[in-house]
Amino acid sequence: MSTSGIQDGVANVPPEQSVAPPSREDSIRLRKQAKQRSRVGSIVYHVVMLIMVAIVLYPALWMVMSSLRPSSEIVGNVSLIPRQGTIRNYITIMDGIGGVSTWTFFANSMILAVLSVVGVVLSSAVTAYAFARLRFKGHGLWFGIMIGTMLLPFHVVIIPQYILFNTLGMINTFWPLLLGKFLAAEAFFVFLVVQFMRGIPKELDEAASIDGAGHFRVFATVILPLTRPALLTAGIFTFINAWNDFLGPLLYLKRPDLYTLPVAMRLFVDQTTTSDYGAQIAMAVFALIPVLIFFFIFQRYLVEGVSTSGLKG
Amino acid sequence: MTTDTRLGAAADTGKRPHQGSRTRAEARAGYVFLLPWLVGFFVLTVGPMLASLYLSFTDYDLFGAPEFIGADNYKDLFADPRFRKSAQVTGLYVVLGVPIKLAAALGVAMLLNAKRKGLGFYRSAFYAPSLVAASVSIAIVWRAMFIDDGAVDRALQVFGIHLGGWVGNTSMIMPMFILLAVWAFGAPMVIFLAGLKQVPGELYEAADMDGAGRWRKFVNITLPMLSPVIFFNLLMDTIGSFQVFGSAFIISSGTGGPADASLFYTLYLYIKGFSEFRMGYASAMAWVLVVVVGLLTLVFFRTSKFWVHYAGEE
Repeated sequence: MSTSGIQDGVANVPPEQSVAPPSREDSIRLRKQAKQRSRVGSIVYHVVMLIMVAIVLYPALWMVMSSLRPSSEIVGNVSLIPRQGTIRNYITIMDGIGGVSTWTFFANSMILAVLSVVGVVLSSAVTAYAFARLRFKGHGLWFGIMIGTMLLPFHVVIIPQYILFNTLGMINTFWPLLLGKFLAAEAFFVFLVVQFMRGIPKELDEAASIDGAGHFRVFATVILPLTRPALLTAGIFTFINAWNDFLGPLLYLKRPDLYTLPVAMRLFVDQTTTSDYGAQIAMAVFALIPVLIFFFIFQRYLVEGVSTSGLKG
Repeated sequence: MTTDTRLGAAADTGKRPHQGSRTRAEARAGYVFLLPWLVGFFVLTVGPMLASLYLSFTDYDLFGAPEFIGADNYKDLFADPRFRKSAQVTGLYVVLGVPIKLAAALGVAMLLNAKRKGLGFYRSAFYAPSLVAASVSIAIVWRAMFIDDGAVDRALQVFGIHLGGWVGNTSMIMPMFILLAVWAFGAPMVIFLAGLKQVPGELYEAADMDGAGRWRKFVNITLPMLSPVIFFNLLMDTIGSFQVFGSAFIISSGTGGPADASLFYTLYLYIKGFSEFRMGYASAMAWVLVVVVGLLTLVFFRTSKFWVHYAGEE
C-alpha cells in the first residue's frame, strides 16, 4: 500500500468488490492489476512524449540532414534520411563570401562573444556586489531603476546610440557592441547575480572585514569565488546571445572582413541563388555548432538559470 | 593579535564615530562598485532616450543638422499606411503568439511535472529550440521549410491539405511566424515547471478528498498557485514579442513582404532609420513603442492584484 499506483488501483475497483475485506489472493491480484495499469500508463506517457519531442526537434534534424544533401534534393524533402550523403555543401561554404574566408566570420563572432562574456561577467559581478552587499543612499532607487530597464524596449536607444558611435568614429569597430557589456547594461544578468549573492551568508563578509579586509578585498577574495555558479550561468547565456546577435553587428559592422556569422549569412542568402539551399543550410548548421556545444556541456546550468531567474537565452 | 587590539580600541572610543566612518566608507564603496553601471545607464540609456525624444520632433538624416519640425513626425506616423500595417502585424503576432506559446509551455510543463524516468531528457529536448529560435540560422531553415512545395507543404499534402508556400502567402506568413514563436516554448516551460514544483502536494490531496476532478483542480489550484509565474512569463514574452527582428529581416530579405504582411514594427523602424535615414521619424516610432509597451506593462501590474495570488497573502 505504499506506492500511489496501488492506491489508484484500489480507487478504481468497482464498489461491490471493495466492500468485503480483500483476501490475500485478492490483494495480490489487485496489486498485479495496478502494476500492469501503471506500466501501460507509463508506456502511453513515454510514447506521447517521444512523439512530441520528435515534432519539436524535427526542424533541427531536418536542417542537419538537409545540409548533407545536394541542393536539388532539399526542397520538398520531408524525410530525414538522405539518399546519398554529401559534404559538398560544407566544401562550398568554406570558399567564403565576397573574398572573405568563412573562418574570418567565425573568428569575429568568437572574439565578440568571448569579450562579451568577459564584460558581462565582470560588470555584473561588480554591480551586483553593490546592490546585494552594500548599503548606501539611493540603493533602493537605483535598484528599482535597474529592474525597470529590463522592461524597456531597447529599440528606443538604437538610433541615438548609432548617432553617438558614428560621431565617435566607432562604426566598423567592436566597441559599440561591447561597451554596454562592460557597463552592466544587461540588467537581467545583474539581477541574476544579485539574487545569488544575497544567498551567501553575511557572516563570511563580516568575518573578513573584522580581519581588516576592505570592501574590495571582501569582494575579490570572499564573494567573487562564491558567486561562480551564477557568473557561469550569466556567461553561458551571454555567449549564446552574443553569438546569435544579428541587429548589433548589422548596424555597426559594414566591412565584410568584420562581419560576424549571422551578418555574413544574410549576405550569403542574398548573394546565392535561391536554389542553392544546400550551401545556405550548411552555413546555418555551421553557425549553430558552438551553441550546440554549449548546450550539451552546460544544459543543466542553462535550465537552472531559466528556472531561477527567467533568463530566456 | 593586531585585530584584537584594534577591536578593543574601537570599543574604548565608543561605537558612534567608528560606525559612522564605516557607514561612510560603505556608501563610498557602494558608489565605486556602482560606477560602471551608472556610467552605462546615463551614457547608453538615459542620454540616448532623451536624445531620441528630441530627435522625434526633428527631421534628421544623420548628415545635416537636425531640424525641429514639432509633432510632424507623429502626425505623419499615424497617417502612414505602412506604419499602421506594421502596428497591425506586430499586434496580431503578440496577441496570438504569446498566449499560444504560453499555453503550450504550461501544457507540456504539466506533463513533465510527474515522477517518471527520462524527464531530464524531455526537458532538455523541449528547451533546446528556445536557444536558437531567434537566430539567423533558424530563419534560413524556416524559410526553406515553408516555401512552396517545401517540406511542410509536402507533409501537409499527405493529409490532403494544400496550402502552397507559407512564405510568399500574405495570409500564411503570420501563422508561420507564430509557429516559430511557439517552437521556442521551452524557456517559459522551464519557468512553469519550476513554479509547478512549488505547489504543495497537500492542496491536491485535499481536493481529491473533496472529490474534485482534474479540471477543477487545474482551475482552482494550479492556475492560482501559478499566477505569479504566469504573470512573469506573460509580461516578459509580451515585451519580447514586440521586439522580434532578425527572423523577420531574414525571411523577408529585409522588406517585410509579401505585401508588408511580415512588416514587423522593429523591421519598419530599421527601414526608416537605417535604409531611408529618416532618424527623426524612426525615433518617433521608437517612442510610440516605448509608450505602448509602458502602458501595457502598467495594465499588467494594475490588473495583477485581481488575478495574481502570492502565497501567504489573503
